[in-house]
Amino acid sequence: MELIDYLPIFILLIIAVLFVGGTILVSHMVGRRKYGKEKMSPYESGMIPVGDARRRFSVKFYVVAILFVIFDIEVVFMYPWAVIFKKLGVFGFVEMMIFIAILLVGFIYIWKKGALEWA
Amino acid sequence: MRYFADWIIENLEFTRAIPSEYVYLIIMVVGGLLLLLFVVPMAGALTFVERRVAGKMQSRIGPNRVGPQGIFQFVADGVKLILKEDIIPTAADRRLFKLAPYIVFVGSFLTFAALPFSQKLIAADLNIGILYIFAVSSMVVVGIIMSGWASNNNLSLLGGMRSAAQIISYEVPQILSVLAVILLTGTLGMQGTIKAQGWAPQHWFLFHNPFAFIAFFVFFISAVAECNRIPFDIPEAESELVSGYNTEYSGFRFGLFFLAEFANVYVISAVAVTLFLGGWNTPFYLPTGIWGLLPSAVNLAGLITFLIKTFVLVFVCMWLRWTLPRLRVDQLMTVGWKYMVPIAFFNLVGTAVWMLVWGDKSIAALLGG
Repeated sequence: MELIDYLPIFILLIIAVLFVGGTILVSHMVGRRKYGKEKMSPYESGMIPVGDARRRFSVKFYVVAILFVIFDIEVVFMYPWAVIFKKLGVFGFVEMMIFIAILLVGFIYIWKKGALEWA
Repeated sequence: MRYFADWIIENLEFTRAIPSEYVYLIIMVVGGLLLLLFVVPMAGALTFVERRVAGKMQSRIGPNRVGPQGIFQFVADGVKLILKEDIIPTAADRRLFKLAPYIVFVGSFLTFAALPFSQKLIAADLNIGILYIFAVSSMVVVGIIMSGWASNNNLSLLGGMRSAAQIISYEVPQILSVLAVILLTGTLGMQGTIKAQGWAPQHWFLFHNPFAFIAFFVFFISAVAECNRIPFDIPEAESELVSGYNTEYSGFRFGLFFLAEFANVYVISAVAVTLFLGGWNTPFYLPTGIWGLLPSAVNLAGLITFLIKTFVLVFVCMWLRWTLPRLRVDQLMTVGWKYMVPIAFFNLVGTAVWMLVWGDKSIAALLGG
């Protein structure tokens, strides 16, 4: 695996950005433009908007985000382990079971604490 | 992609005059453009197919006016979107508002770089293929939450937050379920995963062992949830949030969100086919040597096999969408965290035990002796 194998991705990135920019530009140029104060105000199903959306939202979203970060990083640890699992054999299996057991204790804890309850 | 480049340099005389680096570069640019030419019309056509399928399922006809049976409907829709007014609300955060469609579209388009189409047809056969796909497709969340927040609209904000919460919740079971397959293959590469399977269904990882069988469903359900499709389409629940995070978007900016959504449906189906359903494996093997690029009959057979399997799964996505009702937010989180995550962990441990006891023998191999 050399760096040149990643070159297509870089080229695709450029193509995608150019495509998005190009279509938006065309759309901006050929689209009709007739702006008014009402049209440029936030859409509220026809009601006159009250306040704006720079408001506080439920702390649940933060809890989910933190849980995600924790679990995702734990899972990323498992990827290299899974790739060489055949070589590691029983030793690798026991070690990963201990790791998963610790993880599950944490999982049960947050479950009991009610972090997974949304309502 | 390098395979084609090498073949062209070897077999076409006129390319010898140009330094091979330039030939590589040109071929890659052409290949990338071809991929764009595949993705955009494909995603567009899927919107049309979905509407027709929905029509059939609801005992009505669906769009059938533009062209024979209405197959040019998506072209008309695209032109209409381009001709629409490009509106950025005054209250919006202009810079983030403009940036969001880029991130969403780029995030879903870049996953195609590591998606295999046939034995030789893949833009970049990375040795970390599946990890790359998860990493890049996670970028879409950033774009979605950015569009929701930048719109400065209560409906958009709620849609964006819900969408982000949902996507990251289902990401955990999704990448956990893939671990079951990685245990079996010992590789993260997409082509390597496909090569480890056979053309016959009993050699697919879906039927490899009971845990892999469950893993497929965990993967597919989580993947549908990541695409924000019904029954997991809380973020854009029309009846409560109008259109969710893209409420304020108009014209082709909106079209890009739409394209990205349908491109993602293809991506998850293709990944599921790669990991569990045998990918492009056909009963024929690829001749090498003098046949070079044009053994192509086999390559083509692989391509057709792969596309058929993928579009069957795409159809399943549509089928789900027009059959099931929408879940509530709390139900959605319950399904994700309290069912999918434990099942995925159970699968992982189960597969590891299976590997210890029987090695990587499948059920079919065990029964066959």
